Amino acid sequence: MEIVSKPHTHNLAEWAKNKPNVLVLSADLTNSTEIDRFEFDFPSRFISAGIAEQNMLSVAAGLAREGFVPFIHTFAVFIYRRAFDQLAMSIAYSNLPVKMFGFLPGITTPGGATHQATDDIALVRSLPNMTIFEPGDATDIETILDPVMEVNGPVYIRMLRGDVPRLFDKNEPFKKGVSRLLSRGTDFTIFSTGICTEEAIKAIKVLKSKGLSIEHYHVSTLKPFNAKQVMDSIAASKYGVITIENHTVMGGLGTIISEAMAEAGSGKKIYKLGLQDIFGHGAGKKYLMREYGFDALALTAKVESVTGVKLGITADDFKSVSLDVMHGIFKPEDL
Amino acid sequence: MFDNLMTNPDWQATAKKTANGIRKRVLIHTLKNSGGYLSQACSSAEALAALYTKIMNLGPVTKPIIPRPFPGVPGPLNKDYFTGGEFNGPHTPDYDRFILSPAHYALALYACLIETGRMDESGLDYFNKDGSSVEMIGAEHSPGMEVTNGTLGQALSQAAGIALARKLKKEPGRVFVFLSDGELQIGQTWEALQFMAHWKLDNMMVYVDVNGYQCDGKMIDVMNIEPIDKRFEAFNSRVYKVYGHNFSELAAPAQTPTDGRPTVVLSYSNPYEGIPLLKQFAPKYHYVRIKSEQEKNLFELELKKMDAPRLSIPGVV
Repeated sequence: MEIVSKPHTHNLAEWAKNKPNVLVLSADLTNSTEIDRFEFDFPSRFISAGIAEQNMLSVAAGLAREGFVPFIHTFAVFIYRRAFDQLAMSIAYSNLPVKMFGFLPGITTPGGATHQATDDIALVRSLPNMTIFEPGDATDIETILDPVMEVNGPVYIRMLRGDVPRLFDKNEPFKKGVSRLLSRGTDFTIFSTGICTEEAIKAIKVLKSKGLSIEHYHVSTLKPFNAKQVMDSIAASKYGVITIENHTVMGGLGTIISEAMAEAGSGKKIYKLGLQDIFGHGAGKKYLMREYGFDALALTAKVESVTGVKLGITADDFKSVSLDVMHGIFKPEDL
Repeated sequence: MFDNLMTNPDWQATAKKTANGIRKRVLIHTLKNSGGYLSQACSSAEALAALYTKIMNLGPVTKPIIPRPFPGVPGPLNKDYFTGGEFNGPHTPDYDRFILSPAHYALALYACLIETGRMDESGLDYFNKDGSSVEMIGAEHSPGMEVTNGTLGQALSQAAGIALARKLKKEPGRVFVFLSDGELQIGQTWEALQFMAHWKLDNMMVYVDVNGYQCDGKMIDVMNIEPIDKRFEAFNSRVYKVYGHNFSELAAPAQTPTDGRPTVVLSYSNPYEGIPLLKQFAPKYHYVRIKSEQEKNLFELELKKMDAPRLSIPGVV
């Protein structure tokens, strides 16, 4: 599997070259949010706002009213927790084109509860006019900026940084409102977002090898969610739906799918993996995904418990899963 | 309580030993992990040492505490939950309380707790380990901490709540808060100061580590906060400007009887104090990453210098 180092850094700088109305706003986390190269290339379009996010969001609203497109970059918690009122009233209410890149989603940082955005989707999706994207790999990240720009209004992006795997073909860009269909099958329909998609891919490979038939969607537009695309698949699932997300199960992907199912009158069961109404703490990503039950093993365990069939899958089974081979499945003709 | 500094000159020797120990432990840790929050230890070593060995009246611990594993997040069913406040002694009415606001100073504080016999030496072995309470960016269950900190500005307001509560309960103990200058950029800090002055929380003493740098670089370039003293004074605090590596200056404000206002000590410090090699990282001191063998060797030389019988740090008494 290809690991791409800091895909956003260079992608943003290249993409922004001929977009003079795009400004980048930083709250003292320039390297940490991968906008150092943008600052280097376009110093006059780089606005240092200091550690003062409430002010930064409202300033962005003012800039947006004057025709600029502010790209806010900071840790997600400082956007939607620290500055929620400003996000709601200065930006969302007025439907201003402020694009907010929130880093460290869920438990992707050992910084503990203060740094872990474990409830951002729940809060941000409750605001009218908001669009929410969540990339799951390097290709998503490299192709997300055009769709972000095309939205007529504010966008919140649950952003990944650092070493990011490439799960999807470079020639299949992120598309707003389209979930990536990664596997066909009828026992379960599984929905994953963000870093959980890599886990789901691994789990599903093992499950398929044990004879299960799994439909799998990678959801990257959380709001507005395109329910129409997936309802037939849910209806066809023998055991129902499993969602897996790096977020609390209250208000995130699991809730979004639940609502879509209820509204469509689906009688299928849904099982939600993610933080079960609990805060995170400071520890490694793998450790926390295990502790809180949203890694590949948690997913296969859920399948075992729902079907009542012991498959004997252990953590060792995932070690032999090669995502390079998996990569071949994402050819256009397979999708 | 307000004992004369001149009658007790020996404390500075202890404080100096503590400060040097903080730097040394943090440097060793940084070498071991090829990175760490080293500049924070350099700028704050004397202030933390002075606070813990002289200025604050903290209750004792019976013996150096071995940090317990992470107890799980607080909740109605979590009976095992604890904060890291136990490392600062019992919370009785007479004793002072200590609140660390910038959780990125955790490593420096852990080293300080070891140096002052409050945490077992093995405590740092648990640093940033899965399932440990000794978190990299400290939390309220981490040694020496007792409120949610690290989301800037919130600890000062919580400390104001504790100070007001202590006034309401007529407790003589004071509340010490350690702030970083980066926090002066965030609005809540000033809301807290407004509250502290309005409620005359003269039982609060705030030490600000003014090292002049933040993640992105020099504060005056990222977002200027000077003149800090005039800003605090305008918010009706009693302000002292001191040299952050001079023990006498650091200790003096705490010995002066209160005038009814909260006290703020601006401790002007260097992020490379005691480890001149760090200067090469300017202006990005926030997290020091040791990238090559060559760099490592140079830092090891610095460590050796520290082991020399007499450590010479310019400006330190």
